[in-house]
Amino acid sequence: MTNHIADFANSDVIWVMGGNPAENHPCAFKWVTKAMEKGAKLIVVDPRVTRSASAATLYAPIRSGTNIAFMGGMIKYILENKLYQEEYVREYTNAAFLVNPKFEFNDGLFAGYNPTTKAYDKSTWTYQLDDKGVPKRDLTMSDPQCVLQLMKKHYSRYTIDTVSAITGTPKDLLEQVYKMYSETGKPDKAGAIIYAMGQTQHSVGTQNVESLALVQLLLGNVGVAGGQVAAMRGLHNVQGSTDMAALYHNLPGYLAAPTVRDQSTADYLKRVVPTTSDPKSLNWWKNYSKYIVSQLKAWFGDAATKDNDFAFNWLPKMAAGKDYSHIPLFEAMKAGDIKGFIVIGQNPAVGGPNAGMERDALAKLDWMVVSELWETETAAFWKRPGVKSADIQTEVFLLPAASWVEREGSVTNTGRWVQWRNKAIDPVGDSKPDLWIANQIMNRVRAAYKKDGGAFADPITKLDWNYGDGLPNAHVIAKEINGRATADIKDANGVVQIAAGKQVPAFASLRDDGLTTCGSWIYCGYYTDAGNMAARRDNSDPTGLYLYSGWAWNWPVNRRILYNRASVSPKGEPWDPKRAPLKWNAANATWSGDVVDGGGAPDAIYPFIMNNEGVARLFAAGLAEGPFPEHYEAWESPAQNLLSKQQNNPLAKIWESDSNKRSDASKYPIVGTTYRLSEHMQAGAMSRNLPWLVEVQPAPFVEMSEQLAAEKGIKNGDRVIVENTRGKVEMIAVVTKRIKPFNINGKAVHQVGLIWHWGYEGGSTGDSANSLTPHVGDANTTIPEYKAWLCDVRKV
Amino acid sequence: MSVSRRDFLKLGGAAAGGLLLGTGAPNVASAGGEDPKFLLHKKIGEITTICTYCAVGCGQVVGVQGGKVVNVEGDPDHPINRGTLCSKGAANWQVIYSPERVTQVQYRAPGSDKWETKSWDWTLDRIAQKIKETRDKNFIAKDKDGATVNRVEAIAYMGGAQHTNEEVYTWVKAARALGIVYLEHQARI
Amino acid sequence: MAKAMFIDTSICIGCKGCQVACKEWWNLAPTKTTQVGTYENPLDLNADNYTRIRFNEYEASGKVRWLFLKWGCLQCTNAACVDVCPTAALKKNEIGFVSLERDLCNGCGYCSQACPFNIPRMETINEFTGEAKATKCTFCQDRVTNDLTPACVKTCPSAALGFTDRDKVLATAKTRVENLKQLGYTEARVYGETELGGLGRVYVLTAPASAYGLPEKPEYPALTNLWQNIVQPFGYVAAGLTAAGLALNWFATRRAQLGNVETIKPEK
Repeated sequence: MTNHIADFANSDVIWVMGGNPAENHPCAFKWVTKAMEKGAKLIVVDPRVTRSASAATLYAPIRSGTNIAFMGGMIKYILENKLYQEEYVREYTNAAFLVNPKFEFNDGLFAGYNPTTKAYDKSTWTYQLDDKGVPKRDLTMSDPQCVLQLMKKHYSRYTIDTVSAITGTPKDLLEQVYKMYSETGKPDKAGAIIYAMGQTQHSVGTQNVESLALVQLLLGNVGVAGGQVAAMRGLHNVQGSTDMAALYHNLPGYLAAPTVRDQSTADYLKRVVPTTSDPKSLNWWKNYSKYIVSQLKAWFGDAATKDNDFAFNWLPKMAAGKDYSHIPLFEAMKAGDIKGFIVIGQNPAVGGPNAGMERDALAKLDWMVVSELWETETAAFWKRPGVKSADIQTEVFLLPAASWVEREGSVTNTGRWVQWRNKAIDPVGDSKPDLWIANQIMNRVRAAYKKDGGAFADPITKLDWNYGDGLPNAHVIAKEINGRATADIKDANGVVQIAAGKQVPAFASLRDDGLTTCGSWIYCGYYTDAGNMAARRDNSDPTGLYLYSGWAWNWPVNRRILYNRASVSPKGEPWDPKRAPLKWNAANATWSGDVVDGGGAPDAIYPFIMNNEGVARLFAAGLAEGPFPEHYEAWESPAQNLLSKQQNNPLAKIWESDSNKRSDASKYPIVGTTYRLSEHMQAGAMSRNLPWLVEVQPAPFVEMSEQLAAEKGIKNGDRVIVENTRGKVEMIAVVTKRIKPFNINGKAVHQVGLIWHWGYEGGSTGDSANSLTPHVGDANTTIPEYKAWLCDVRKV
Repeated sequence: MSVSRRDFLKLGGAAAGGLLLGTGAPNVASAGGEDPKFLLHKKIGEITTICTYCAVGCGQVVGVQGGKVVNVEGDPDHPINRGTLCSKGAANWQVIYSPERVTQVQYRAPGSDKWETKSWDWTLDRIAQKIKETRDKNFIAKDKDGATVNRVEAIAYMGGAQHTNEEVYTWVKAARALGIVYLEHQARI
Repeated sequence: MAKAMFIDTSICIGCKGCQVACKEWWNLAPTKTTQVGTYENPLDLNADNYTRIRFNEYEASGKVRWLFLKWGCLQCTNAACVDVCPTAALKKNEIGFVSLERDLCNGCGYCSQACPFNIPRMETINEFTGEAKATKCTFCQDRVTNDLTPACVKTCPSAALGFTDRDKVLATAKTRVENLKQLGYTEARVYGETELGGLGRVYVLTAPASAYGLPEKPEYPALTNLWQNIVQPFGYVAAGLTAAGLALNWFATRRAQLGNVETIKPEK
């Protein structure tokens, strides 16, 4: 989230689309309720009337997989009616920037598409530069080559009629939503868009989110109190695990994971560090070298020296352009390329796409280590229904892990609050904290390499891994992540600023000469010599804006609202004086309120310091399939793309094979989607093993309209089969008025929704909806397309 | 109806001050005309933690009596949840003592149809041996063009969103040191 | 000062946090449930479920709404259960709830039969002797008599539940209803202000009571006064009296009729 949960209370309009916070984040929903108590409106756009929609001021239905069409219509509405916040857009986005005249868009494809490689040559997705190398601007935003005009042209095709024919949303509801939300384009109004996996889990997932960001930027709803792009993340520390980079493409703190092109830190920095010629652009990533070197020092300690390039080549380097994410990981496993698998607190046999295929892939492993509280479907794949255990040669270790009250440490919520957990009791039975398990395994591996040698032993034997023989102290590791000085750090006059061994107070003090360590630069400041900031418990709210700046610690640098510099005009005046997270006090040249993004006087720098332009991008050349979001149909769709000849995202990642066949609309005409229940958790192990939660939601089900049920002769509560080319599942039918058939370009299209928490192990068992979902990924992130695919339904 | 700030601070103060500690004594009933007096039948608790379900990050207070957790409820001082919890957070206590919980090391030999209970020592030694064997056999020092890559594609690591930051950091550090590139978790899916 | 539970159905999101928090606080055993085509479960109150959310779909003027009703003992001012209880196990507490002292309960089940809402349920505590005890929501009597809120109110994520002085609850409820009417919920109303002398649960409804499966006008059972004044003083030995026989027969019939209250389900 750019802001945080309590900030919803500052909003005038809250728009939920691609999420269902009342269902999946109930305790966040109280802040939506709080805003509504103060007069705010709630819009919910969803294929069905959800628990969130039950509280909405305005509900509009949408066919799964058509979010960009919906938002494209919104962008057109904002631009053509001039409802955008003009000064914000002109000064704080690249709307006024002039784009390369060779850039074009034609029938679904942007300039530079190569159909053979299925990739773009992006050489025309660039700005026109002046003689100093600074992008040219037309501050009137009327030049046909400026971003705003290109955007207007791009979305001119997204008429209400076309959008309605694609999305199935009635035209009057489209207009009502557009009108209600556009109200927040006024400088003294703020709107928040709340989303979750309903936006991301599509072959156009990243562009879905981009389309939300564009609307928020046009309306001046980023960086202000009550305005945000609110990603509602699912697991209690999924934010922290993303920050700490349990992802193939990153190192902790969103540093790029090295590829073969990075043979040295010099190569690496040349590839990853953005540059700018504009003196007003702070270009924060210019500090990249400090963060990677400090991280290498935290990992390899004294063995990382200037002379060995801080042991940069001890980090593994990926093959250039190769995707090592979840789907290709399982494809490689199925191909027999992966021999050993360590799975901790995750259950891909239920949660993975095309789960039947992923279960089969596990049988190709030589060994698998699972650390868990439960015997999950993944841990027990070798004895699942329909397989012969004797045929499966995988050696499996199931390690009993400690629960959340049996260990201590910090977790980071979706609003980036890093909060400390205290230990209440010793682990139950023979279970052990994961820190203990990691330490025991690595101590043994290190001892074996020290004793016997082995392939490239240096990164293992020289790893800074001195956590003792027992349970590593979580505070010691927290301090390592925060970082310390390896020797006295002095200023120009030789005065010691940070003494050797002392904690680094904030990332501005990090260095690329080896004098500092830091496991993850964005966490620098969470555990300093002043103590454990994550354990702070001051819940006072002096600003009245629900910042709670004394509670726990917010990365980065305890900043509660990211990009908050955009909450004031270039003159330093808050857009909305009643709701100003920041105040510039000209008299003594200081900021008060939240921790300001960047420093100095208001007009000294541009507000979006993480972009090398210094402003936010309405034209975002970094995205794989185009600088503007464009509607494409899902890989499996019942409809032709009405906006271009390009039926699907031309860059979507598709693994078509016998185990991942495309379901055709002629045989499987019903749109399928998956979602969760308030009473259950993700892949289910944390809820299906709790009798109280099983009692309140005992079995998986499929929701469908009364019309579809009537067509299929299905009654509420009947057992039904949902099937497609990848599998079939049997579930109870919940026949409801809350879902209606969609009118898609004059044709009735049905959609069903499946609950996906269940599997064959634990206290409550049932079929897994993910048996039906495809191995198809978004072009930028390869997030699977769980949310829109095809199927058919019949009574058992 | 929202709890006023004063109210929830009061509740929080009470939690911290120990007023909410149950006595464990049976309810005292008065058979006469007066209203009966009821004592809290269990301790509410004072150890603070963060809920283990979604990423809202609600505060919880944990009551411990005799080395066992007897109660988990919302932390009234927490600025986000203000003492509240959803059905999952409210059921969190059952995670600790669920009959389904695995509390001993389980091992499945190749081709076997059952788990066997094993010791930690035996298991950890064997896992370390498997990691080393697989890594040594499959380590790629240079690619076919002769460029340094120092990676292992034959071992994959998955997980992290159920960890604390310190745990996931430690595992990522270990995995990268081993040369692992197939490194993924829930955030991807 | 009597207190009351405020239940704003316009804010309730049906998350069932209240159901589970109740089970956690009272450590109630899980019961076996099945999926029959609804988000709702368990489908009725029972000895191990003192509260639950009832889910109803309601379609009016082209808009489909999902109504959630937190259900459980309504803590009537004119509480028939208290009046029929032969052992004074049930008492109207000055805080505004009907307390239950299980030690005093003899398991007669009259409370269950007298209740106009079919709330108290009997829990068999000895399979051999058949000995039973009444169960029901008491607003968490140990919590509320120690200045805490009931477990369900404390846990309510959307702040749809509140617990405070009854006059404040009524004032808030009325203001809320006015706001809802302005927002277009023309059928918004307060439920519980006067019913049965005033209920300990005061609801803000956004649709007719019947859309939630609530009786429009709950009635105090007519024969309860007779029972209380004539039969109850005799205790068990009076069970053979004609009046008592008549009364019991009446209760049995009454119970059968009331069985419907819990099963009105527009959701099919």
